[in-house]
Amino acid sequence: MELYRLTAHELLDKLSKKEISPLDLISSVRERIKNNDGLVNAYVRLVDRPAEFKLPPQKNGALCGIPISIKDNICTESLNTECCSKILTGFKPPYDATVIKKLKEAGAVILDTKTNMDEFAFGSSTENSCFGPTHNPWNLDCVPGGSSGGSAAAVASDEAIMALGSDTGGSIRQPAAFCGVVGLKPTYGRVSRYGLIAFASSLDQIGTFTKDIPDCCLLMNVISGHDPMDATSIDVPVPNYIKSLGKNIKGLTIGIPQEYFIEGLNSQVKSIVEEAIAELKKLGAAVKEVSLPHTEYAVPVYYILGTAEASSNLSRFDGVQYGYRANSSNLVQMYKKTRGEGFGQEAKRRILLGTFALSHGYYDAYYLRALKVRTLIKNDFDAVFKDCDCIITPTAPTEAFRIGEKTEDPLQMYLSDIYTISVNLAGIPAISIPCGFTKAKLPVGLQIMAKPFGEETLFQVAHAYERSTQWHKLKPKLQ
Amino acid sequence: MSLSPETVKYVADLSRIELTTEELDKLSKQLQAILGFIDKLNQADISGITATSHILPISNVLREDIPRESLPVEKTLANAPHKKGNFFVVPKVID
Repeated sequence: MELYRLTAHELLDKLSKKEISPLDLISSVRERIKNNDGLVNAYVRLVDRPAEFKLPPQKNGALCGIPISIKDNICTESLNTECCSKILTGFKPPYDATVIKKLKEAGAVILDTKTNMDEFAFGSSTENSCFGPTHNPWNLDCVPGGSSGGSAAAVASDEAIMALGSDTGGSIRQPAAFCGVVGLKPTYGRVSRYGLIAFASSLDQIGTFTKDIPDCCLLMNVISGHDPMDATSIDVPVPNYIKSLGKNIKGLTIGIPQEYFIEGLNSQVKSIVEEAIAELKKLGAAVKEVSLPHTEYAVPVYYILGTAEASSNLSRFDGVQYGYRANSSNLVQMYKKTRGEGFGQEAKRRILLGTFALSHGYYDAYYLRALKVRTLIKNDFDAVFKDCDCIITPTAPTEAFRIGEKTEDPLQMYLSDIYTISVNLAGIPAISIPCGFTKAKLPVGLQIMAKPFGEETLFQVAHAYERSTQWHKLKPKLQ
Repeated sequence: MSLSPETVKYVADLSRIELTTEELDKLSKQLQAILGFIDKLNQADISGITATSHILPISNVLREDIPRESLPVEKTLANAPHKKGNFFVVPKVID
């Protein structure tokens, strides 16, 4: 058995028994990246050199010796962090994000090359990257999803043992579904965002990609918790998530929102998800139909609030403090040229849309209205969670689409996040787990949502399902 | 809601982004389509609903005002495209 194929918990077991050394593991993953990333392009800036891994000084810790891959928008001290954008070319952060600091303290090995993403996390396919698209390991002509497509594809192709991503409207869960891996978007405030390059501050959340649920718990144990450096992180005690494993789900109530099983949902995806729900019923859960009546407004609300916040957050990229600068003798012209040449098309689209929504005369009609509809969406979830422990839906309405299929039609691209966006608007946690394959042999994801700080419920349900199925064990052939 | 190329040009100026004529043309059409979709929000009944600008029940997170170490100047300036001494350099602002 090649080491790169194993999960973190299997590897930790071998490491502690001294069956393998940390260096064996590192060289196995390095070889895997070297032999496969030419096909997948999960990593960026990996031209003509092998990935290098720096062993942390710690000799113990919850993730001691485990290599972990990091999305290009999470700051790693003195390692390039460019959000896959020309405007951040050459940026080497002067500090580590809190999650990186915690991982190092836990003995994890941070890869020196980051994972590919849509520029500034703007996208659902990892095609908007200045480093070219990532390919789906299950079918190299298809997208891996996005924006954290590099992290998802790296874990799916065994080029990573585990990875971090960020999720603003589905950017962890949708690529996890398309690539057949486990992807968790924690509760807003559960994991510090200090050092995550901001896209939409009221929606962004760092989360995990893993090969199974026990690994997800291990990683969440390390990265969760309050951080004085992030005023929006919440001071709620972090449970030991490992304790959620192995529990049965008898007596739990699962809500199935009718608004997610409508026109536009691929019929194969629909029946695969229905089979998964039947399996959970067999395992003892009670299933009931519920309603989230304002679901249809989630995408428009998101594209007002997300772009408005992004237009403000991205104003810092002006060619003065870091990254790319265009030459001009006039200050305002320098800003305009730097931003005109440095941002890609999708970044420009979103900055313009957001600036418009916030501009004089349109603020009430768009931004304020969207904030109010956000309240309605949140109220929908509050009502359902009064008598349901979790909600189950498909993660995405279709299987992975082909590279280039939606690049000319941004609206169609936006609609691929139709099932994931509400979760960010409501601030709740959700996980995508593999639950089957379409006829084209592409993975399908099952999304489980819980109330704020209900990650343990997600793990309990997801692990019960994982133990009774084999989907998470299937691997792409990569050809 | 219609979005003319003039409005897009105005918003691009506000955003400090230079656009080529082709970009302006393409973005105007795409933004028009996106806004058309967003207009769906007008169907939602928001009477009496308060705005949610932040999802968490927290406000005014304060900490003790204790001096602590900050990033050293060299590190702060290390990524600057143009610097001189302890400063970022930008094109001349005042004639």
